[in-house]
Parts: sequence; C-alpha cells; structure tokens
Amino acid sequence: MKWIDYARTCSVQEAVDLLKEGNARPLAGGTDILVNLRVRRFDIDTLVDVKDIPELNEITCDPSEGLTLGAAVPCYSIYTNEAVCAAYPGLIDSASLIGGTQIQGRASIGGNLCNAAPSADAVPALIALGAVANVAGPGGTRQVAVEDFCTAPGQTVLEEGELLVSLHMPPPAKGSGAQYMRFIPRNEMDIAVAGAGVSVEIDNGTFKSARIALASVAPTPLFVREAGDSLVGQPVNEESVRAASAIARDAAKPITDMRGTKEYRMHLCEVLTRRGLNIAIERAKENK
Amino acid sequence: MAIKNYEPNMVLATTEYEVVGTRPVRHDGTDKVTGRAQYGADFTSTGLIFGAVLRSPHAHARIRSIDVSKAEAQPGVLAAVTAKDFPRSDASPDEYVQLGELNTRLGYLRDNILASDKTLYKGQPVAAVAAANAHVAHEALALIEVDYEVLPSVLTAPDGMKDDAPILHDHLKTEELGELTDRVSNVAQHFQHVLGNLEEGLAEADVVIEREFDTATVHQGYIEPHNATAFWNKDGKVTIWCSTQGPFEVRDASAASLNLDIADIKLVPMEIGGGFGGKFEPYGAPVAAMLSKKTGHTVKIIMSRAEDLQGTGPTPGSNLRIKMGATRDGKITAAQAHLAFEAGAFPGSPVGAAAMTVFAAYDVPNVVIDGYDVVVNKPKSGAYRAPGATQAAFGVETVIDEIAEKLGHDPIELRLMNAAKEGTRRADGPINPKIGCVEVLEAMRDHPHYNAPLEGPNRGRGVAVGFWINGAGASACTIMVNPDGSLTLSEGSADIGGTRTSVAMQAAEVLGIPVEKINPQVVDTDSVGYTSGTGGSSVTFKAGWTAYEAANDIKRQMIDRASKIWEVEPDTLDLQAGEITSKVDSELRMSFAELAGQLNDTGGPVVGSCSLTPPAIGGAYAGSIVDVEVDPETGKVTVLRFTCVQDAGKAIHPSYVEGQMQGGSVQGIGWGLNEEYFMNEAGGMMNSSLLDYRMPVSLDVPMIDTVIVEVPSATHPYGARGVGEVNIVTPPAAIANGIYRAVNIRMEKLPMNPGAVVEAVWKNGG
Repeated sequence: MKWIDYARTCSVQEAVDLLKEGNARPLAGGTDILVNLRVRRFDIDTLVDVKDIPELNEITCDPSEGLTLGAAVPCYSIYTNEAVCAAYPGLIDSASLIGGTQIQGRASIGGNLCNAAPSADAVPALIALGAVANVAGPGGTRQVAVEDFCTAPGQTVLEEGELLVSLHMPPPAKGSGAQYMRFIPRNEMDIAVAGAGVSVEIDNGTFKSARIALASVAPTPLFVREAGDSLVGQPVNEESVRAASAIARDAAKPITDMRGTKEYRMHLCEVLTRRGLNIAIERAKENK
Repeated sequence: MAIKNYEPNMVLATTEYEVVGTRPVRHDGTDKVTGRAQYGADFTSTGLIFGAVLRSPHAHARIRSIDVSKAEAQPGVLAAVTAKDFPRSDASPDEYVQLGELNTRLGYLRDNILASDKTLYKGQPVAAVAAANAHVAHEALALIEVDYEVLPSVLTAPDGMKDDAPILHDHLKTEELGELTDRVSNVAQHFQHVLGNLEEGLAEADVVIEREFDTATVHQGYIEPHNATAFWNKDGKVTIWCSTQGPFEVRDASAASLNLDIADIKLVPMEIGGGFGGKFEPYGAPVAAMLSKKTGHTVKIIMSRAEDLQGTGPTPGSNLRIKMGATRDGKITAAQAHLAFEAGAFPGSPVGAAAMTVFAAYDVPNVVIDGYDVVVNKPKSGAYRAPGATQAAFGVETVIDEIAEKLGHDPIELRLMNAAKEGTRRADGPINPKIGCVEVLEAMRDHPHYNAPLEGPNRGRGVAVGFWINGAGASACTIMVNPDGSLTLSEGSADIGGTRTSVAMQAAEVLGIPVEKINPQVVDTDSVGYTSGTGGSSVTFKAGWTAYEAANDIKRQMIDRASKIWEVEPDTLDLQAGEITSKVDSELRMSFAELAGQLNDTGGPVVGSCSLTPPAIGGAYAGSIVDVEVDPETGKVTVLRFTCVQDAGKAIHPSYVEGQMQGGSVQGIGWGLNEEYFMNEAGGMMNSSLLDYRMPVSLDVPMIDTVIVEVPSATHPYGARGVGEVNIVTPPAAIANGIYRAVNIRMEKLPMNPGAVVEAVWKNGG
C-alpha cells in the first residue's frame, strides 16, 4: 500500500523547504488534489498542507491598491466579502459557480489556478481582471501574469519548491465592468463545455480597454488578447461586440470530446463572449 | 371524477376504503431518516475482509492467460480467483436462469460474473482478490497479469447486424421468426408481430409519416452501488448479504454459478438504495463467496461508481424506424415498427417488451412489428423501469405528434380518437382487459396545465402517452397474530418504494385495524416462501394480494377461534373494524386484541399465510405534459413545467404512487436531455462518473405535478395496478414534441443534449 506523508506548515518558508525536497504537492482545499490522488492521476510522497500559512489566507480589498487574495482562501470567503463583491463582480461570478455549495467551502481560487485544468472557471475571470500571481520559491519571490501561468493541462510555470502565495488584481477603474459566464448542460455540478471571462473599460461610449479569455477550448485557459484589443477605440454597440466575439470564437482551439464537438464549442465561445460583454458593459455603466 | 381546479397532486378516486387510499407514515421511515437503516455497504462482521475485481480494459478480447501469482504473493492479500476456480456445473451452459425481468443462460451468467475465454465489454470482471483491507485489495489488482488478444469491437445494433461485423459469440445462431437457423451472427433473435394487412392500411392513409430514431445507452443511476458480502461456512453453507431487487433470483443464480443446492444458500436482503431494474444480476455475490471459500473469511465487495457504470446492466441503446399512416379525419390505419436493440455482451435486450408496448396506446387495425436482439461490446443490458418502452415511445409519440400537426388536430384529441380500449387487440396477441388509456388522456386534456397559456419566445408544450405491461410473479407472505393484537408480517419482496407499508395496508384493510398495528418485515430467503423480485411494478400488486389473502386466512381463523370460545357457529360471527361480533347476539362481542390474548390457551397461536402467483396482471398507461424553453444559441432545454398523469388502478398509498410518478418523470427527463454512455471508438465509456454521466440535479427539474387516475384493474382485490414504471415512458417523447413546438425542429436522437439541439437548429437552417 502506498503511504503519503502529510505535513502541516505555518510559514511560506516552511512550505517551500518541504516542497523543494521533491515529489510533493501543496494541499489547500483539497477538492482537486485528493480526487486526483485517489484516481492515481499522479504519484507523490508528501502532501504539504498550506491552509495555516497567514499569507495564503490574506484577503485585502483596497480601493487604491486593489485586491490581494491568498492562494488558500476558499470561494465562500470571497463571495461573502462585501468589499470584494462590490468591486469584483466578475470574480464573484466564478467563485460562486465552482463545484457546489459544500465544495465552495473548501475550494480556493489559487487551487483552481494551480490545478491548471483547461476548464478552470476562475482562470478566465482572473485573466480578464489582469490578475498577477505572487509566487515564492527557494530563489525568492516572483510575479507571473495569470495568462502565462498554465502551460499545459495540469501543468504550470511553478518550478520545484515554488508555491503560489497569492493573487493580485488591480483596483477596478471607473467605467469598468467584468463578467464570467460558462456553459454547462445542467444547472450546477458540471464542467464547462466552454467559458468566457471578459472585462471592459468604457469612457464616453467608447471602449478604452478590454480583455477576453476562454475556458475549455484549448489545452490551457486561453487569453485572446486580439479580441479585447479589437474593441479599443470602438463605440460600444452590437456591431463591435459581435466582431470581438467572432475573434474569440476563431481563436478557440477546442477538441471534440464527451462535452461537445469542436464546432459546437467554437460556436459557444462566440455566444458566451457576446453575452458576457453585454453584461460587463451594463456593469461598467453602473460603475461610475 | 373530473378535474375542476388546479392542485399540484390530484387523486381521481373511484372507490374509497378505510385504510387503502390513505397516507400513513412508512414503517421503515425512522430508520431511513435517522441513518440507522443498514444498506449493503453497512454490513460488517468479525474477520471481515475485502474483495476487489479486476476488469477488462478492452471491449473485445480473447484471454490467452491470467497469472494471479504476484497478486497472491503480495503481503495482505489472502486469495485470488478467476473463472477457473469456479466449480464445473452439473447443468448445461444453455440452461436458463431466472433473473427477474431479464433471464439468461447459465453460460452467459457465469461469463458475466468472471470472464472465461473472452471479454466482451470494457469493465467485464476477469479476476478478483481478497485482502485484509480494501486498499490492499485494489492495489493488488495491478499485479495480476492478463494476456489479451485484442479483437475489433462493435457498439451499436445497426453496426452489429452488418454482415462484416466482428462476431461476439462463435456459437450464437440467429433465431429467425421462432426457428433456430444455422447462421452465426450477432443477431440473437429476430421476431415479428403482424396484425391485419399493413399495405392495405397504408393505402387507406392520407398522410404517412416515417422517421428513424436512435437512443443512447443509459444507466439506472441508483444512488447505492452494487455490493455483496458472503461467508462460506466449513459445512458448505453459504450466506450472502446484499441489497438486491431479487433476493431469490440472486440466491438461485448464485447456486447455479457455484454449483450448490439452493438450500445451501441463504440470502439476507439488506436495505436497498434504489434499483430501477438494475439490481437483479448477482455480479459480486458469487465472487465474494468463492473468495470466502478460499480464505475462510467473510468477504465484502463494493463497486465504485465507475465500476457500477461500466460493469453492471444499463438499459440499451436502440435504433427504431417507425412508420404510421392516418386518414384525413384522424383515424390511424397502419403502423410499422423496426426495433433493433443492443443486448450488450449477451443476448436478452428488452426488445420484446418494446414490441409489446410500442403501439399499445392505440387501436390500429394493421400493424407489423419487427424486433431484433443484437449483441454488441457493451455491458449486458439490464432492466430499467419499463424496459424497452421508453425507447419505443420516443419514436411512436414523435410520429403521432407529427401526424396530429399535419392533419391539424389537437395532439391529445388525435390520441383520444385512436386510443386503445377494453377489447382492443395488441399486435403481439393480447386483447386488452379493462384499461385506463382513455381516462389518462381525458385527464391530460382537462388538466389546467394543458389549458394554460404558454407565452414567450422559444417555448413549447409537448405531450405523450405510453403503456407498460407490468409484471407479477410468485409471492409468499406470513402474518403472525401477537398476544396483544398486533401483527407481524413477513414478506420476501425487497422494499424499494414504500412497499412494506402498501402491502401491510392491504392486510389492515381486511382486518379493519390501523396499519400501524402491523409490523411488516422483509425477511431472508430461509424465512419466507419463494417471492419473485421487486420488478415489473409488481410488489404492491402481488405481495399486496398475497397479504390480502393471508389476512383473510387470519380472519377465518380468528372467527373460528371465537366460535369455539363462545360455542357458536362460525358463520354467525363477523370480524369488522377490529372487532369480532355476532350477527345474531348483540351481547357477543370481543375486540381483536382481546381474542389475540386468548389464542395460546384456546388452541394455539394464529398464523395466516398465503403463497400465490396472480393469474393476471394489470397493464397501465401514463402521460406527460411538459413546457420547455429552448435557447437556440446554446441548445439548452429548460423544463419549465411538468405534469404526470397515470392510471394507478387504485392508489393503495397515494403519496408513494406520487413519489413513483415524480421519480420516473425525473429519470425520463434525464434520459431525454443529457444521459448517455459516451463511448470512444475502442468501446470505452468516457464518462464513467456522475460528474460526466449527467443525471438531472435538483436545479434541472421543476416540481412535478401529478394526477392519479383510478380505473381499477379487473383482477386485484382492490383494483391496484403496478405504478413504478410507466411514468418513465413518455418524458423524452413529450420533451421532443415540446422542443418542436418551441423551435420547429424534430429531434430524432436521444439524448437531446445542447450540442444535439444546436446541430438540429443548424440543419434546419437556423
């Protein structure tokens, strides 16, 4: 029988020291890693529990500094935080639909990112919001843009011994709005057939900036920079929204599998991006 | 009784009784609500060890060799078994073994327990180990070396019927219209039912509709996975503890596969967490017994969900061609069905029942039905709630809807014009006794749901009606009178839907006592007479009838005893409302409890018993009314409102009938919208978890409204009909018809999942 060591850590340094010994993985909410261990998706020697590290539990929402979200903060702590709900509704869209209610009591946004599933619901929202990952490791700390974090299904930029400490999102600009929308055949407890996270900044009826990212249609969450850039300087209308949504659709690189065909998923990318942009635009109008 | 105002649950009762038709609290309710009920996995005993099963990774392969020596040598492992460890059978492999709604040959039964020379589906058991704990057992499976010669596989009935299809069974010869041929093929059987003259009927028709349909393999999705615990005593006696719909069927199948006398096996039924037809096969029980024989320990085997989805008996996918013709004024003149069903790895799909039910709602003079039972490289199909009828109804009810539309008739009125009645002959032979098809359709037509406005874009209302034959079978019951006047009832039917109570209610009605005075128990196979399994919606019908007769036996004995005590003639006495009275002397009266207290001193205890096989069964009709909203861009179908109308004959316990109607409707919605075995080309199920095998969750269905129609069956003492199954028959068809009314597309495949709906919208130029 396979034995796995469990180590509870109380500081970033302690966790990094254990992780760098190799064949170890951090444990936060455990909603992915415990399932993966059970089905033998990977084989490790040590589980490093990071739930008690203060930096990984930080949730600081400041109007001028933005949001710092510890990697182990569970979803329910995010969507029950009034300041975060008010400033980052696009993030709340994700946090409140991952898994079911019980799962949201454990699962963290940081874990969703580190699990690096193509279908991760939080990642397109983070990319749309311009989030940056704060990483600690044997060589010190570094920052990685979330769109660069996942490298392949289940694979990230984290080197041996490195730990995701927190995520940072800039403060929302006036006239900005964000949204995450996924499509699932059921109404909960499902994996996205496709998903779209969008953010827009509107000034005087014109897009000042926009970011669009997709879920479940590529080996990693997909940042479609050109789709957002196409909106910059364009008037806020149906035509510009449709054009950007078409760019998102054409950038998608899905496979045909049990969740949908390639053609259907590309089609959904257009629909979800368009619907998401329209909601984000409404949110931007309210955010004066 | 007509429908006047809307109520969420209506009972259109035609006969009233004292106990029957009321809604008492179920006898097993406290244990189930508090978590004390003992399900299969809850069983434990001293020295318990755990079994695990190695399953074929290939859909079709020849087994060259199996080497279990490394697994056996692993610390903690106590034994390993393969098919070679099973004793040779005295019986021929061709001999039939009773397995509830679906029977099988002994050879097939044994190969489905542990494969001998070939594996015929991914997930088929190949070997098993027992170890001190479940983790060691599961890890030891990786040490078993199996040398396979992988063979090409075939996954659907149409592909399996092709001349160049890979052959699953080298010795399987096609039975063609009742004659065994020399042709070796995957078609185990082709049968045909003919009524009237199809060509003449089609010639009379002004409109003829023909469509082809495909339905996917789906699973019952019961919440409790298959389980079995067994102990092989040194004296050769075997005890099996498991949750099953058929304690006696699993006992007998285990005896057949282990080559034991039936008397050597006792099956103790555990509480059962759902079955829906899928819990008749023995699966792990004989394997656990063999591992127990080798180790001397009690061995428990619990399937994981992935094992359960891949290694048990789902209901099969099917290919249907339905052709129907009608005159301009709406009379259906001809109907033809081509029904090709996947049997799975071994013969025995429910195509026979599909043929019985396909046109059973209609009085059609000219009919031809062809049925094909086709083996394919998928798990051996099991029964699932009205097996075969849902697939058939999806095709027929879509075509009927299209005829109604083409002719400009209201879809319910067209059905009423052609509805089957008492005396109508089905194409497969039977002439209908008293049935409730018309009454169900009238209740649908009159229901406020059907007459409510449905506004908004992309919304549509669909209806469908369907039939299920229902089953019966042997049943035995013993009722003991206790000294305080309470009674203990022993029965052999696993209680899946509240049948302890509905059976006891029928005894209580006879004796005129509250049902709470009866303690109904589902006992082991050594403690009650042979009772056929909990399938075919049979238990309230057959076990209730048996309890009714056993209670009448008690009534006679109690009257006899009172007559001896009072020294009067028994025919001057009566037992009513829990009291023994004299018809001639008003001074002579004694309560049931008073008399019960005197039994032991006046001749001995009173035990009533009955064993019977009901002479006739009561088939039943049900219909669905559904409002859907379709998102044409994503293809998602939302069920806005759903009403189930069903003829219960007489609802013994209306709450449990309503529970069946709601449960069957929800399963039908799942079957219609999202459930399917998604197979890769190599025959592997890709979605073997409840995350990806998408049954509806609570947010996916509205509250299901119910209407119980009561057209009493002519045979049952209280007029009951089976109520467990027919409610699943119509939801997929009704949803398909609703989708058509919403977005003008005819869905010809199940499931009608979002991707399929969008494809149909695209095909339609949308």
